[in-house]
Parts: sequence; structure tokens; C-alpha cells
Amino acid sequence: MALGVGCSARPGKARDNKTGSWRVFKPEFDHEKCSRCGLCSTICPEGCIRDDEEGLPVPDYDYCKGCGICAEECPSDAITMKQEEK
Amino acid sequence: MAGQTCDLFDCGHRACGGCGAALVSRLILDAAGEDTIVVSSTGCMEVFSTPYPETAWKVPWIHSLFENNSAVASGIVAALKKQGRKEKVIAIGGDGATFDIGMICISGAFERGHDFTYICYDNEAYMNTGIQRSGATPYDASTTTSPAGKCATGNPLPKKDMPKILAAHGAPYVATATIAYPADIRKKVKKALDTPGPCYIQIHAPCCTGWGFEAEKTMEIGKLAVETGLWVNYEMEQGEVTKVKKVVRKPVEEYLKTQKRFRHLFRPVRNDTEIAKIQAIADRNAEKYGIDIKLKKD
Repeated sequence: MALGVGCSARPGKARDNKTGSWRVFKPEFDHEKCSRCGLCSTICPEGCIRDDEEGLPVPDYDYCKGCGICAEECPSDAITMKQEEK
Repeated sequence: MAGQTCDLFDCGHRACGGCGAALVSRLILDAAGEDTIVVSSTGCMEVFSTPYPETAWKVPWIHSLFENNSAVASGIVAALKKQGRKEKVIAIGGDGATFDIGMICISGAFERGHDFTYICYDNEAYMNTGIQRSGATPYDASTTTSPAGKCATGNPLPKKDMPKILAAHGAPYVATATIAYPADIRKKVKKALDTPGPCYIQIHAPCCTGWGFEAEKTMEIGKLAVETGLWVNYEMEQGEVTKVKKVVRKPVEEYLKTQKRFRHLFRPVRNDTEIAKIQAIADRNAEKYGIDIKLKKD
């Protein structure tokens, strides 16, 4: 491990830490119901939901902690939390 | 833009699932953009976003102590000024660092009038060290240093009015916000950064671990705080309240009963005296800021 001067770290190095392993419930996105409002990607505390070219949300399960805020707040009820088998 | 996500505060940070403060940092950087230097005092946000050698920040970020956050920011502002550079400086602190420990340096920086924005993410106790009460803890909230029990009903002291204190320093722009309204946070952060001089924003950031609620309820609790009048979203320019979020108020119980820190007010028996005192706080807020929407009767 290289020590930088003044304990500096490379920007965004936290990506090494795959927080998806914390998850118990996994959000599943129903793109049929999605109205593309973008609320889920705005309010995700992880910032792990991205919109694809068509504006549909795509979660990054490597980092999703399964908090369920997206499912709770989705105005179209297009997200459901399912217990994950690992 | 719908579905816009912030790339400047990256994934992989170690905040609890459903963390209000993590959302605050994303929204701040979303509004501020990449030409920003962030100074962060010790606290939850500093700990979860930068466990060495990792960092979730993609803008220049410096860690300061609890107490000297604003002093470090002042130094950066002075250096940038000398070099003729235009980067914006944001100091971020939790409520412990802001309301209690960092008070002296914040007061000094606001007195000197440095051009920076101080943002307090207010989760209403020292969450990082294990939920000890701070000057921001609301009345009757149970924390580890103000536990509810036979002799006490939680925190006996009222929440300090920090925005007013900083407005009294002559801050040109002071605002409060909650994570329940992300667009409002972005707007206020932009406005603070565009206003010359020291600006202050206090953001209500529900903490599922410390307050005791399910992670998915973070946004809902933020909304309830505003709807019950226990948190008021307003903007103050040159010491005058210029904008207030008006609501059709709900009784405070609806906010209190959602959280474990207020559970002693309902169990084993309902404590009407204490609930009435908290309702009185909301009523005072409503009167002071005029948040009630008057419904017309036909």
C-alpha cells in the first residue's frame, strides 16, 4: 500500500469497496411500469442507480445496500424489494 | 434534468443503508459541480466517506478536526483569493461539529466574512460516536447521554437556533432544507455558492440507526418533520426570512411515533403532557414563520 503525502487517496477509490454484499433485500425494477421520472436515481443514497439511453433506471447491484428508499418512494410502484438468496 | 445522477460522490462509501447524510453529500456536489473544494470536519460523513486509503469524493477534499472546519475553509478561501482562483469552497459539518464543537471557528469565519458556504447536515445527535445528544437534539429525544427512563423523558433541552445565530453574524444568506425535497437542496446550495460572503445551510438528514426507523423511511420522515411543523424550511436573506415552505400541518404524533427515540412518549403509557409540549414547539414554529396554509371555508 503506497502512502501518499498527507494521506491522500485517489478520487473515488471507495469503489473498491463493494457494498452490495451488505444487502438483504434486493430492489427489482419493472421497466413496464416505470414512468422515467428519475426520482429513484436522484434519491438513492449510494448513487448506484443510473439511467440508460432510454431513461430507464438501471441499478448497480455491486453497490446497492438494499435500503429500499427507491421502492418506498417510487410514484409508479415499479420497484419491489425481494429477499435475496446468496 | 430528470434522472440526473451525481458522479462526484461515488459509490462504495460505508454509510448505513438509507443514510440521510449520504444523500446530502450527493445532492451538495450535484449542485456545486466539480470546481469545488470541500472541507469536512470529523463526523459520520467524514468517517463513512473516507476510510483511508479509500475516498468516495471526486473533488478536492480535506479533513479537519471537529472544531477548526471553518478555520481551514477560511485559509483555503484566502489562498484562492491571493492566487486569483475561482473555485468554490464548501465546509461540511455534522450538527455536533456545527452546534457545539466548531462554534468558535464558525463564528470567527462568519465575522471575518470569508466567501464560503457552510453546510450542516443535521442528524440531531453525535451519530458517529454512538448517538450522544448535541445542541441540535430536539426536546424529549432519547439518546445515550439523555436516556429516557423513570426519571427523565429524554433530552430536557430545546434545539439551538443555529440559523438565527449565524444570521445575526450578518450572513447574507442562511437557509434550512431537508433531504425529503432534493430539488430544494440543489437550489439552495447553488444560491448560497453564488452569494458572496459566508452563507449557511442546515439540512435535516434523518438517521435510521440513531433515530430508530426502517431504512426505507428516510424520505418519509423528512417530509413528516416539515408537515408537522417541527422542522421549518426557510430562506433568510440579510437576516430577514424571505421564503418559507407552507404546509397543512399534521399533529406532531405522526412524526414522533415513527421513531424509536420518541418511543417512551407512547409506551408503556402515552405521555400526553410531553406530547403537548412538543406540539407547543411546532405551534410556536408555525406562528413564528407563518407556515400554516389557511384553507378557505366555503
